[in-house]
Amino acid sequence: MIAPAGGETLLRLDGVVKHYPVGASGFVARSRQVVHAVDGVSLELRRGETFSIVGETGCGKTTLARCVLRLTDVTAGMIVFEGYDITNSTRDELRPVRRRMQAVFQDPYGSLNPRHRADSIIGEPLAIHGLAAGADRARRVGELMELVGLDPRHHRRFPAEFSGGQRQRISIARALALKPELLICDEPVSALDVSIRAQILNLLADLQRELGLTLLFISHDLAVVRHMSDRVAVMYLGRIVETADTAELFTRPRHPYTKALLDAVPVIDADAADSVHSEGLTGEPPSPMDPPAGCRFHPRCDQVQGLCAKQVPALEPRLDDSAAHVTACHFPLEGRD
Amino acid sequence: MPLLDVRDLTVSFPTPDGVVEAVRGVSFSVEAGRTLAVVGESGSGKTVAALSLLGLTRDARITGRADFEGRDLLTMKERELRRIRGARIAMVFQNPHSSLHPCHRIGSQIAEMIRLHGESGRREARERAVELLRLVGIPSAERQVNAYPHEFSGGMLQRAMIAMAIAVNPRLLIADEPTTALDVTVQAQILQLLRRLRDELGMALLLITHDLGVVAAMADDVMVMYAGRAMEYGPRRALFREPHHPYTTGLFRSLPSAGAARARLTPIRGQPPAMIHPPVGCPFHPRCDSSAERCHRDQALATVGAETGHRSACWLPESGAQ
Repeated sequence: MIAPAGGETLLRLDGVVKHYPVGASGFVARSRQVVHAVDGVSLELRRGETFSIVGETGCGKTTLARCVLRLTDVTAGMIVFEGYDITNSTRDELRPVRRRMQAVFQDPYGSLNPRHRADSIIGEPLAIHGLAAGADRARRVGELMELVGLDPRHHRRFPAEFSGGQRQRISIARALALKPELLICDEPVSALDVSIRAQILNLLADLQRELGLTLLFISHDLAVVRHMSDRVAVMYLGRIVETADTAELFTRPRHPYTKALLDAVPVIDADAADSVHSEGLTGEPPSPMDPPAGCRFHPRCDQVQGLCAKQVPALEPRLDDSAAHVTACHFPLEGRD
Repeated sequence: MPLLDVRDLTVSFPTPDGVVEAVRGVSFSVEAGRTLAVVGESGSGKTVAALSLLGLTRDARITGRADFEGRDLLTMKERELRRIRGARIAMVFQNPHSSLHPCHRIGSQIAEMIRLHGESGRREARERAVELLRLVGIPSAERQVNAYPHEFSGGMLQRAMIAMAIAVNPRLLIADEPTTALDVTVQAQILQLLRRLRDELGMALLLITHDLGVVAAMADDVMVMYAGRAMEYGPRRALFREPHHPYTTGLFRSLPSAGAARARLTPIRGQPPAMIHPPVGCPFHPRCDSSAERCHRDQALATVGAETGHRSACWLPESGAQ
């Protein structure tokens, strides 16, 4: 059941682009502007691995997840899941695909219907896909609740009767009901308290091992990403700027943006406040409606040179990096000590 | 004498389901030029404790003392309190979008604040607004003073909020999760700004946060709250090096560490308590691995290192801490 890491490709994105038109419904100002939410993203997920996409607000990471889930149509590019091109699949064609690809979202308050009881929420995918009914479904729901660490005796409770962490367990149980291959987790612990966060992260890691799941993990939290992932991709303004094995990305970042992101995370250390702080990265990301030419990071980059504003850097191995470590930067950083 | 000295603060709210005791006997103090970080999870009472000092908790029953510059805030009349709020004690909240009026220019909102608490004329107040925007690092402040809130990004708005908060030279700035809604690179900028202003203006900073990384970067002293109680209190370095209360150690242990990637995390088991009927004794005892019988009856008021001011509300002996 469990494929070894580094095995076959489960999901492949090839030059995925998603542009949103802006002001299209305006009466007076009918502008032709578009938001470049995702702008040419290519990546591969191997069966059984945890792949994380990390980036700040507006970098396009959630839009990318919505493209993969086909919750939104892509503007250009190709999405291949288990060997099938699902880029333009119709609703009916997507139905069997959706059984194999499920999602858990950030907000366990917003993603559960408050008027439905736990058992009908968790059993809903089974009902929709006609996989189990009656006593059979009830038994499956009980099993799922146990799997995610909920007391099956609470199956008649409403979401409001559960705490935030328990609600996220309900979301996970629902996502696992169809025994998916790929689980897309979009900020699954961001809304949870620190003491509960660790419970859910352990649960996701356990489930991945037990069920041989492939995880696409989307987060802005670098500590969580470092803990969970085999490989990490860093996004900035709709593009991937760097992809590498987790340990390598965190210890030897090549892209100046990756380094700035890592440096900005406060260190939980007794003496942290006593050390000298630099303000780090200055300014804020430019608007995705009018992204800078060349490397999109160049206006904020302290390594910037003339070429950066003219030519888009290719996402490829730099310096002496292996094929697994690719960076979209003309002037990549030398290794850290 | 500390600038703010709070003793045995309790705040409770009557609700149809019963009385919610949001803050239950908390004492702390903040001195000029220093930062006290109040850290806790949702429902721990950290925000209510701060709001109650300024009379911003509606329908709350408040007891205790809160001496600010020698006068008790809790017994002050609303009229007196209004003169202190915004002028001597200012606040910055988590969400800057909901704290500014969307239809008024940022500069005029800051200028109004200045005119409300001082005798400045219109022109003078506006000049001061530009100066303040420049102080908090907003580029081309002369132009941005005319911007509306929607024209600013989240980080810029939080800078504007801080500019408004420091407009009339407050002695104490209360910042409630000031960077929680912001991205990590912007958070680093805002924390740096708060540190600089605290040092340059000699303000005291009461920082409310759930993020131990923010505490590590900012605090001189730390108070850890849980279920309305102060579980541990002390200088940052002592508390981070040798946390004593099992709740504090549990918080530290549940964080992913850089060294042990993919190792199992050590969560705190169970769920946070409901505040209508919090557990008797130490509120953490149902989730605590070290709890003893007496923890179900009383909570300790122990001192770990009396001379350092590091206190922990736990019966465990000093050496029993991990």
